[in-house]
This record gives sequence, structure tokens and C-alpha cells, in this order.
Amino acid sequence: MPKQIILAAHFPGVNNTTVWSDPRAGSQIDFDSFEYLAKTAERGLFDFFFLAEGLRLREQRGLIHDLDVVGRPDTLTVLTALAAVTTHLGLAGTLNATWHEPYELARQLATLDHLSNGRAAWNVVTSPGAFFGENFRRGGFLDHADRYVRAAEFIRTARALWDTDGGDFAIRNSQFDIKGRFGVPRSPQGHPVILQAGDSDAGRELAAQHSDAIFSRHHQIDDARIFYRDVKDRLAKYSRAENDLKIIPGVSYVLGDSDADAQEKAHHIRRQQVSPQTAILLLEQLWNTDLSGYDAEGPLPAIDPVLDEDDTIIKGRAGMYPDRIKTANEWRARAEAKNLSIRDLIIEVTGRQNFIGTADRVAEQLNEYVQTDACDGFILVSHLTPAGLDDFVDQVVPLLQERGVFRTEYSGATLRQNLGLS
Amino acid sequence: MTLRLAVALTGGSFDSRHWIDQVRQADDLGLDLATFDDAFGRHGPDAVQVAALVAPVTRHVGLVPVATTTHTEPFHLSTALATLDHISKGRAGWQVRVSTDPAEADLLGRRGVVKPAELIAEANDAVEVVRRLWDSWEDDAIIKDVATGRFIDRSKLHYIDFVGEHFAVKGPSIVPRSPQGQPVVAALAADEVDADLLFVEPDPDAVRRIEPGRKVFVDLPGASADQIQTWSEISGVDGVRVSEVPDISDLVVELQRRGLFQPSAQKTLRARLGLPVAVNRYAREASVA
Repeated sequence: MPKQIILAAHFPGVNNTTVWSDPRAGSQIDFDSFEYLAKTAERGLFDFFFLAEGLRLREQRGLIHDLDVVGRPDTLTVLTALAAVTTHLGLAGTLNATWHEPYELARQLATLDHLSNGRAAWNVVTSPGAFFGENFRRGGFLDHADRYVRAAEFIRTARALWDTDGGDFAIRNSQFDIKGRFGVPRSPQGHPVILQAGDSDAGRELAAQHSDAIFSRHHQIDDARIFYRDVKDRLAKYSRAENDLKIIPGVSYVLGDSDADAQEKAHHIRRQQVSPQTAILLLEQLWNTDLSGYDAEGPLPAIDPVLDEDDTIIKGRAGMYPDRIKTANEWRARAEAKNLSIRDLIIEVTGRQNFIGTADRVAEQLNEYVQTDACDGFILVSHLTPAGLDDFVDQVVPLLQERGVFRTEYSGATLRQNLGLS
Repeated sequence: MTLRLAVALTGGSFDSRHWIDQVRQADDLGLDLATFDDAFGRHGPDAVQVAALVAPVTRHVGLVPVATTTHTEPFHLSTALATLDHISKGRAGWQVRVSTDPAEADLLGRRGVVKPAELIAEANDAVEVVRRLWDSWEDDAIIKDVATGRFIDRSKLHYIDFVGEHFAVKGPSIVPRSPQGQPVVAALAADEVDADLLFVEPDPDAVRRIEPGRKVFVDLPGASADQIQTWSEISGVDGVRVSEVPDISDLVVELQRRGLFQPSAQKTLRARLGLPVAVNRYAREASVA
């Protein structure tokens, strides 16, 4: 039997990839939007719905970023409400191990697992630094080096709490010193499904030891296969089998009546995603300095990026450029060779959709990724709220079912079972 | 006179069906609000989440979870409750709880014993932070202006810059302003927290001590229609909160027959309680400036 594909639906987020200027774009905050996308995903027999977390509004040049979608609801509150209007769909959310505490968060996740009858999942992230800390009573306190220590101790502590079956505990480690009665009996999954998104060596090791799935950022098939092998090879030392950790990259797609039609749509969407103003802001994120005097339709800056990783021009977003000078040189060379403006270049180097073509071609490519061990499934990130997945569910899902690589009904009683996890 | 009617849901069930059935019954009977009890360390689910669960499958009843200020982040409380207000389309409230139990502090492991008076002051700070965050987006902050590429008008978002004795919070919120603007803040009168809605013990002196401008509900566990009628005649009582009633449907029918209760047609919890439409402090400052 061929490998079965895991599918998840990412609610469109607060990056420029979410197109709000399209007349079809709905509210990013009304519950109706969340309910619509969740029900679409459940109609398509998806494994889970995914919602990110906001802790502070992004800033660029010291001002609240105003060009992308801004504002979102609280993750756990929305996921728990979705439990009442869906039946089988997993409910996954990012919840930051820096700005939550183990007793409270483990209790909330176990509550979600109970109220959803075994559908809760937690994407564990950490963030250092004072920027987010300014919104929290405990303030900014975490050194960069301590991020994975805290994440690992947090997961261990949460698992220990879930294992109490509601009873007494006393836990002391380098991060936490807590005791008392947990108060939540064992939930349907025992432990909610744990996802992890870190990509560094420490992040991969954390995932190999503690996670059920990785929300990966490796999209190119060769690169994805190398990542897949690297992570799966780390499992044995923790006495885990290859199937115990699923690799699920976040991907985007565009469908068309023909491949040429899909390419044309994809280009149109990229232009929507990168307005002239957005092009300058995205360029600033690499250059790390104010470029507001530059014309988006003109050439790239001749000056070099500013190398100050402690004071980046954008706040509230994970760092994306390990070597700013090298990337800037590559971008300049590319723009010169192809005579690209700033906006054209940004459209080329950011936000390119991962799968573009007819439904048949996209289904074939997705399946190739999974069958050749580039990944175990996909978290689909659409560019439109909330109807962006309609065409995928209507057109691609049936083709995957025909190929025998995607379920025709939910078979497991819990998310863990649907994902094929023990 | 007629009373507003609340039910206190106190159980520790983890069964979603149980909660949905109970709150739907309150919804169908036209009750004004349900409160959901909670405390760290108790056997039971998180109350804010239970309120979120029932929000999409009910239409009228106010949803007022208990949430503790002592060990929680005001930022998380603010965004969770604003989200509850969005999901319920304007029916959210919050019963503020202050924790003085050292055993609860041990669950979080972040602080030692704090004097009760200090905890009350801190709770009032937490309420202030939550309220400022609720106002930190003006109603018309989202503009979606394609010509300039701007999704928001950032001049309508506000840093709250709260600095208190116990903590500081910068803001703004991540959640756009919710339908009520300010969800209803409730508290036990005995806790001395500044709130819109106070639950008092059944003691006429306790009712008289409430400052004007607050809505007053008398807590009457297991009350009969006769007892409720007695309280309806006491000046300053806006409503009663019942619990542990053998058959709440019978009770509501009887109260309606006596003309003591009439379901409200108002859509938001604030309107049901007769609270004024919430004015945004930052929009007001901007219009005065």
C-alpha cells in the first residue's frame, strides 16, 4: 500500500502572502471565517486545522506594520470554539513556550483534547528577547541559547502533568519548580499531538526527541528529501521508529484549467502579494535599514545591508537571512542579469507558490513528494481568507483519493490515530 | 419589577455534550447570562474554553467565565476574552477571580505568598490592563485601503503603556476591538474588584453597600420562586444568579407567570444588563485633542 498523505489547513496569517486586497477576501477576525475554513477542511477529510499565535503586533522602522493583515484572535479560544462545530478535524495551534506556563497551558491543551474528543495539537515555539516581553508581566528574560532548553523542559513538564491523570505532581528542573494537583483526568489522546517548527540543529534534535510532527520549511524536493532523511535518522537514538515523527512542510499552491492558466494566476497572485510598498518593506527586512526613499519600480540599492542582528528593522518576526551580504549580492546579480526592478525581484525571490498547475498535475506532484520521502504530507497555506481551499478540496482531494493515497473517510477516533501515530 | 436572570454553572465535567446541553437550555429559556466557575487546581476544565465551546452553538445568553488574575498574564486574558466576544457576537463577560491560596501559587511556581490587600490591588491593575487592551484598537482601525496598500490606519491603534507596581504592559492588543468593545467585567462584591456587575451574597446590607452605577445580582443557590420574588422587591437589586436548581425550566416558567422575568430581546450582554455602549477611551482622547 502506498504511503497515505497527511493534509492540514493553515488559516491565512499576517504575512504578505495573505491577499486582503482581493474583493473575495473575507474577515481575518470574524468567527465565521474560521468556521468556514475548518468545515471546508473537514469536508475534504483533512487531518487538522492550523492556527498561529500573535503575541505582539509587528513593527518595522519602529512603527506598527500596516501593509499586511493585522490583528488576529486568541489561538486556544478559537480552536475550542471550532470543537463545537466540527467532528473529526484535528485542532492545532501555535502556543509559545516562553510566554505561557506549563501548568496553565497543559491544563488548557488537555481541556481542548477533552472538549474535542481527542483532536488537540500543539505547535511548540519559543521566542527570546524583550520585544514580546513588553506585553507580559514576566517581561523579556530568555537568552537565545536557552530557547531549546526551555522548550524541551516545557514539553517534558507538560507530558508529566498529562500523565498524572489529574492527580498530584511535584516537578523540578532547570526551568520550572511546581507542585500540586493537576485536576484534569487523562484526555482522549493521553498527550495532545506535538508539532515543532525549529530548523536549526538543536531544533531538529528537539523534534526527534519530543515531537510527533515537524512543520517544516523545506519545499524544494531535493532539499526536502535531505531534511527528511536527516531528521528521521535522528530518531533511533531516542528509540523511536520512523513513523513516530511526521514531516509536514507548509506549502502554497495555485490551480488552473491548464498549466499555462495556473502560471498566469500564480503571477497575478504574486503581484497582489507584493504591492510596491510591500516590496520596499520586504527589501528592508534583508537590508535591515530604512529604504523608504527607494522607488519600488527602480533598481536595487547599491549600499550593503546593515549587520546588527540585535537591533533588526523588523520586530516580531523570526529572522530569515543568516548571511545578509551574500543574499544581497545574489539579489543584485539576479536583478541586473534579468533587468528587474525592486518589486519584480521581490516577486521572484519571495512568496513563489510551491505547486502550480492543473489539479491533476498538483495531485501528481504532491504524491511524488510523499512517495519519494520528501515529506509525509502538507500544511496548505492559501492566500485567501476563508475560501482559499475550496478549489483544492473540490478538485485535488478526489484525485488523491483515486490514486489510493488519501482517505475516503475518517477512520481514527482521534487526531493521533488519523495521523498514524501511536 | 422584573429581574435579570443568571445561572451559575459550577460542574467539573469534561464532556462537551454536557456543557452544550446546559447552556443551550439557558439560551432557550432566555436567561441573560451563564457564569462558568473555575480555579487553578480544581477538578474541571478551563472556564474560558468552555465558554468558547458553547459560543458558536448558542445565540442569546451571555457567557461569563471565571478567570483568575493572580497567576495569569493580563495580555492572554484580554485577548482570550475579546476573542470570546467576537465568537459570541457580543455576549462575552469575565468574572474576575483573585487567588489567595498558596497551593494555587505552587502550581505555577512563580511567586511566593502575597498579602491579600496586595492581591486585590494587583487584580485591579490586571483589570485596568485588560480594559485598556480592549480599547487599544479603535472600531474603524481596519481600512483595507488598496490605493496606499494599507490594511490598518495605525493612528487608530494605541500603545497602552501601563506601568504598575507589579507589572508593565505595552500593547496594543493583537485582537481588533470586539463587538461590545468592553465585555462585561463581573466580580464577587466581597472581592473588592472594580466591576460592571457585582454578585452579592443574599444580605440586604451587602446590597446597600454597592456603589451606584454597578449592576447588582444576588447569589441565590437553590432558590425558589418565592425567595426570588422577595429579592425582586428590594431596592438596588437588578437580578439574581441561581444555581443547583432542580428544574430551571419550571422555575423560569413560574417567574414569567408571576411577571418577575421577561427574556430580553437585546443582542449584546451589555445591552441586556442595561449597561451603556462602551466608549473607547483612546478614541475619546483623540476627539478631544
